[in-house]
Amino acid sequence: MTAAALAITLAERKGRSLWDDAGRRLARNRAAMASLVLLGALTLAAIIGPYLTPYSFDQISKDDVWAPPLVHGHLLGADSLGRDLLCRLLIGLRVSLAIGVVASGVSLVIGVAWGATAGYVGGWIDETMMRFVDVLYALPFIFFVILLMVTFGRNFILIFLAIGAVEWLTMARIVRGQTLSLKQMEFVEAARAAGLNGGAIIVRHIVPNLLGPVVVYVTLTIPGVILAESFLSFLGLGVQEPLTSLGVLISGGALVMDQAPWLLIFPSVVMVATLMAFNLIGDGLRDAIDPKDR
Amino acid sequence: MVRFLLRRLLIAIPTLLLVVTIAFFMMRAAPGGPFDTNRKLPPEVERNLEAKYGLDQPLGVQYLTYLTRIAHGDLGPSLKYHDRSVLDVIREGFPTSFKLGVSALALGAALGISLGVLGALRQNAPSDHAITALAILGICIPTFVIAPMLVLVFASSLGWLPTGGLTDARGYVLPVIVLALPQTAIISRLTRAGMVEVLRSNYVRTARAKGLPERDIVLRHALRAAILPLVSYLGPAAAGLITGSLVVEKIFTLPGLGKAFVISALQRDYTVVMGVVILYASLVIGLNLLAEVAQALLDPRIRLT
Repeated sequence: MTAAALAITLAERKGRSLWDDAGRRLARNRAAMASLVLLGALTLAAIIGPYLTPYSFDQISKDDVWAPPLVHGHLLGADSLGRDLLCRLLIGLRVSLAIGVVASGVSLVIGVAWGATAGYVGGWIDETMMRFVDVLYALPFIFFVILLMVTFGRNFILIFLAIGAVEWLTMARIVRGQTLSLKQMEFVEAARAAGLNGGAIIVRHIVPNLLGPVVVYVTLTIPGVILAESFLSFLGLGVQEPLTSLGVLISGGALVMDQAPWLLIFPSVVMVATLMAFNLIGDGLRDAIDPKDR
Repeated sequence: MVRFLLRRLLIAIPTLLLVVTIAFFMMRAAPGGPFDTNRKLPPEVERNLEAKYGLDQPLGVQYLTYLTRIAHGDLGPSLKYHDRSVLDVIREGFPTSFKLGVSALALGAALGISLGVLGALRQNAPSDHAITALAILGICIPTFVIAPMLVLVFASSLGWLPTGGLTDARGYVLPVIVLALPQTAIISRLTRAGMVEVLRSNYVRTARAKGLPERDIVLRHALRAAILPLVSYLGPAAAGLITGSLVVEKIFTLPGLGKAFVISALQRDYTVVMGVVILYASLVIGLNLLAEVAQALLDPRIRLT
């Protein structure tokens, strides 16, 4: 038997896990795979793109004010201060993606820890923890944001925190619901019988089994956060000039759309493409992990 | 049912109390005060103003005074508009926001549910894919992108509708459409997902086997269960919509509550901010409760405890 044939037999013998199945289903979803490629390209462009353009995102040029696309070497044109739009767009995309990923990460950590603990411990602790979530739900989002902004100044990192600190509530609810049903499973009982304590059961047995719905929710949270940041920027509460984000670019472009439509169109296209990619990947993952709806 | 409602209303009181407490102390922890203006007030004037509104008392005393006051249903005077009470400010902004929000929600629900059902019935057909694509687009295009574009086309260029303000009924058209678009998208997705699952259930198969007309099966049997997830979404969504959207109010220059709230928060008009927070929180709690009752009425398997 040749080595290759042996490898094939071994591969055949290896069981197919739930995740292998999900991966295979995801690979068959053309919209999700195209989105994955698009998102990879956008991320790469956001990370290395700004170094490849001949301009810097805050470089002001008197000669290039309102330059339309393809004039004076500005591929996508320039803004009211003569700054290159392509470069600003790449930086804006970088900032928006970073905000989306970091804020979703914050909400993921808080939400999973909170929800899994409440669901697993149960009783009055669960009741109290979820009541706290209800209370925070009942406060308007913009209230938190304005107060954080005026207290700590317009700090880049605080935008992450403010948004993450609000987004975790839904995550906590989803995780708690899942934990409640997982808690009844035999393998959790077995772990308890084997003498594991509550914390270890949550970390080793509950959380890994929550991964499916959590991954899906995170891919849908990221575009939500990017959108939330852009609303804050539109209201003048987000990222500060000369730094930029997709929201800053779009809201700036909307003000001058009759004289310089490219300043609205290009950022909007990038924003919508990014959000759609995340949404389609999230949908694809949901179908792949939980194929009930197909 | 009555016991359930009573129990929930009893729980709502401590929830609301906590909301008020958190909002009160967060607001006060923020730097600045309601009497900071560009021109510095003479210290005596500022002291007199603070004394007038009780802001010179220790924070704990102010908190208790405020609680006693709202327990009597009095939201107090605005600290910025010296001749108006908080209730006046809410009365000025809330009706506009309410009308816009309810219209947008109605439009979004009507369109969204129809599209969602249509998509589920033609699952994986081209029309289903088209609806799904439109829905994702609707979720992804921010309102502040679509709103100026609609203004440019229908107000500035064609002149069919006003660019802003609410002088007549036509002024409502664009804001309502802008508010309803993302709602339509979300509602159609929720409806489609619910419908796809329900259409495969045993009782729908039974209904088909009985030979009921397809229209009755879809509208009377399936839809009822399919919109359960939608109902729990609509509770908080409605609370957000009817208390005003800052973005839409700003773009169309509408006198709504969303803008009044943000201005008050930025100016530290403590009493107005607290008043709006209480209104919003009560709406969230009340509408969530309503959603739960509606779900129990729609689905007899759900027991209210």
